Amino acid sequence: MKARHRRFMWIALGLCVIGVAMTLVLRAFNSNMVFFFTPSQVFEKKAPMDRTFRIGGLVTAGSVKRQTDGLTVTFEVTDTAKTIPVTYTGILPDLFKEGKGVVAQGKIGSDGVFRAAEVLAKHDENYMPPEAAAALKAAGKPIDGAMFAGQKAVTTQAPKSN
Amino acid sequence: MSLYKYASPAAFYPLAGKLIPWFAGLATIFGIIGVYLGPFAAPTDYQQGEVYRILFIHVPAASIGMFIYVVMAIYGVLALTFNTRLSAMMMEALAPTGAIFTGLALWTGSMWGKPTWGTYWVWDARVTSTLILLFLYIGYMALVNAIEDKKRADKAGALLVIVGSVNIPIIHYSVTWWNTLHQGASVTVTAAPKMASVMLTPMLSIGIACWLYAIAISLVRVRAIILEREHGRNAAWVTAEFATTKGVAAS
Repeated sequence: MKARHRRFMWIALGLCVIGVAMTLVLRAFNSNMVFFFTPSQVFEKKAPMDRTFRIGGLVTAGSVKRQTDGLTVTFEVTDTAKTIPVTYTGILPDLFKEGKGVVAQGKIGSDGVFRAAEVLAKHDENYMPPEAAAALKAAGKPIDGAMFAGQKAVTTQAPKSN
Repeated sequence: MSLYKYASPAAFYPLAGKLIPWFAGLATIFGIIGVYLGPFAAPTDYQQGEVYRILFIHVPAASIGMFIYVVMAIYGVLALTFNTRLSAMMMEALAPTGAIFTGLALWTGSMWGKPTWGTYWVWDARVTSTLILLFLYIGYMALVNAIEDKKRADKAGALLVIVGSVNIPIIHYSVTWWNTLHQGASVTVTAAPKMASVMLTPMLSIGIACWLYAIAISLVRVRAIILEREHGRNAAWVTAEFATTKGVAAS
């Protein structure tokens, strides 16, 4: 075995060890690596119910209601299996829309209402001209199917027009 | 094999000099085509409007920032295995470009995040792992420059880059392994692109332009590094190169 072969073996071995170590670390951290919990996970009590956390899902079509003060908004976040009501006072991002993705940070009250301190819009990875989107919608095909691919696949119905 | 002779800095120096104009010229052509077709000619997005145009620079910058790191890691393995000086020089030449593209990806991503997500910054897995990549680049450059003895600096730098390469698959798969605010990949090897071709073509064109630019600028930089280091070793050809005005002007 030549010296350079031996050096290469050491490097390869080292990389394997680091790879295995990283895999184990990431597996251990897996629950802490999630940016948000889905409504189903919240119902399964997987989210830290007594602390601040984020929920993510789609804004239920027809659920967005503005309160009389003009700033407070209530809406529902759904992963199509479970739904959580959310209340938020503040300015919503431009891409916040019914039927679209949203991530809200806050605490869940004893009444089951999620009081959000921050609302972020989660957009999908599809890009197309408006005409193409209109054509897809007319054909009844869902556009943002793989939005929550990190979790178990959640298929979305095409947002209802209202 | 005759290609092996280009592992010698003295043989690689003139070859790089000949290649630079080609890469730079092609980068300009692809860049002009891409910048016209993308930011100017492409239609608006159905959902994001005009803001989506940031992806024409964001996506190429992010992918090249990651790819340069992979190339550096391969050179790192070569440097440690075969003790080739040129491999370490290539790593040093690539690092600033990789850092710039990674920084550009983070900056444009932040500019994009505010109007779409509603925030400049989130600590989700994709964004955080990309920030770590930027720190790895900066850490490598700091480490290599901090060690006086060039041989030891090369070895330490190569080791750091090889160890840090575990971050690359983490960045790539972060959007599928975990819940992130960052959306999934629009362009993958296995599936049809989730982007209209009028938008995809300019993005790829700018991507190719950035690629060619990265190669050209790294070759310029490695020529300077070769001259500097070989001059320190009192190589006769470097002294001759410095003696001719042509050599000084070309470097």
